[in-house]
Amino acid sequence: MKSLILIIITGALINNVVLNQFLGICSFLGVSKQMKASASLGGAVIFVITIASAVASLLYDYVLAPLGMDFMKTIVFILVIAALVQIVEMFLKKTSPGVYKALGIYLPLITTNCAVLGVALTNVQDGYNFIESVFSGFGTAVGFTLAIVLLASIRTRIREEDIPAPLRGAPIVLISAALMSIAFMGFSGLSF
Amino acid sequence: MNKYVERLYNGVVKENPTLILMLGMCPTLAVSTRAMNGIGMGLSTMAVLILSNLVISLLRKVIPDEVRLPAYIVVVASLVTVTELLIEAYLPSLYEALGIYIPLIVVNCIILGRAEAYANKHTPLLSVMDGIGMGIGFTLALTLAGLIRELLGNGTAFGAQVLPSGIDPIGIFVQPPGAFLVLALIIAVMNAIGIKSRQRDLVDVGCDGVCARCTAECKKSGEVNAK
Repeated sequence: MKSLILIIITGALINNVVLNQFLGICSFLGVSKQMKASASLGGAVIFVITIASAVASLLYDYVLAPLGMDFMKTIVFILVIAALVQIVEMFLKKTSPGVYKALGIYLPLITTNCAVLGVALTNVQDGYNFIESVFSGFGTAVGFTLAIVLLASIRTRIREEDIPAPLRGAPIVLISAALMSIAFMGFSGLSF
Repeated sequence: MNKYVERLYNGVVKENPTLILMLGMCPTLAVSTRAMNGIGMGLSTMAVLILSNLVISLLRKVIPDEVRLPAYIVVVASLVTVTELLIEAYLPSLYEALGIYIPLIVVNCIILGRAEAYANKHTPLLSVMDGIGMGIGFTLALTLAGLIRELLGNGTAFGAQVLPSGIDPIGIFVQPPGAFLVLALIIAVMNAIGIKSRQRDLVDVGCDGVCARCTAECKKSGEVNAK
């Protein structure tokens, strides 16, 4: 149990997927303009990454590894993720229109979010079993949500400020991310 | 200008994927700790991009419109797997340095973005030139970021000691925060030049993260339909 909690904390804080691993930067920078959109995307990402980690782990342990088709994992994982996102979208549309309305438009974006594929591949690399993979996926996704919500709130404040012209647009967002990344480096001192 | 040469100019300068379109940020930030890594990542991505542009352009009349994205993903993922195996076999030190970011070329926005915005509408030769131009633009941007980070954070350039030993390098530049900082400064300098010459708009971040649709056109219109 202790090791599972450690996996979540490592994924969410110590090895933050965005600020330390640089995965999912596209949506991290692109969607963080608005708070509400960021929170919704974060929710969708938690949902998809957790399920994708579970499915990818099962597929690897019971299909790819026994057949010795380790080299196929990139192709298989990305197709599974693409299909999974479609299924999740259809499922949510039918069963819970409320959730679909909140997360719906963000689901297609997630297929090309490298964090999803990245987590699936890292889980295999680290030799995680099924349970560990699910926890690691969940922790990573929570880390993503935390980072994007924090950046969105910073950007809401920045919008009102008088920023030197060359820094407007992308540079000031990247500088904010740099400062967040420095803050998150502090977590690397956590030890258990 | 010849339309093939124009593609090269477009990829390197006018629509530089990293510095103007802000695509493919993940590998740019992650592997730019060393200039050599930047070149390695840039060339691997360029190889995949040229071949995927070629294949997708050749297949553009065959692939049905409704399933084109999955089809592109299969093409790109196959090419990336081949590239990964080749790098593992022939350049093991680069394979170690780039690690997980080699398979992640599959989800690099530049590749799907060019497939969707260019290769599926143009002839194979033009698409290949587009891939070469974009690939060079990406490689140059990555190498530049890598060089600055390596110089400030480690005191070396392409592995050779540059800063005299009396000056301590600033370690933060090879740590994750340095990646964001250096890229911010490069873009700020470009913005400053752009403001002076009044040539173009300020660089802004992605089109809501919709990689496949993130092209220069959607940047100009300022918004993109997520659905």
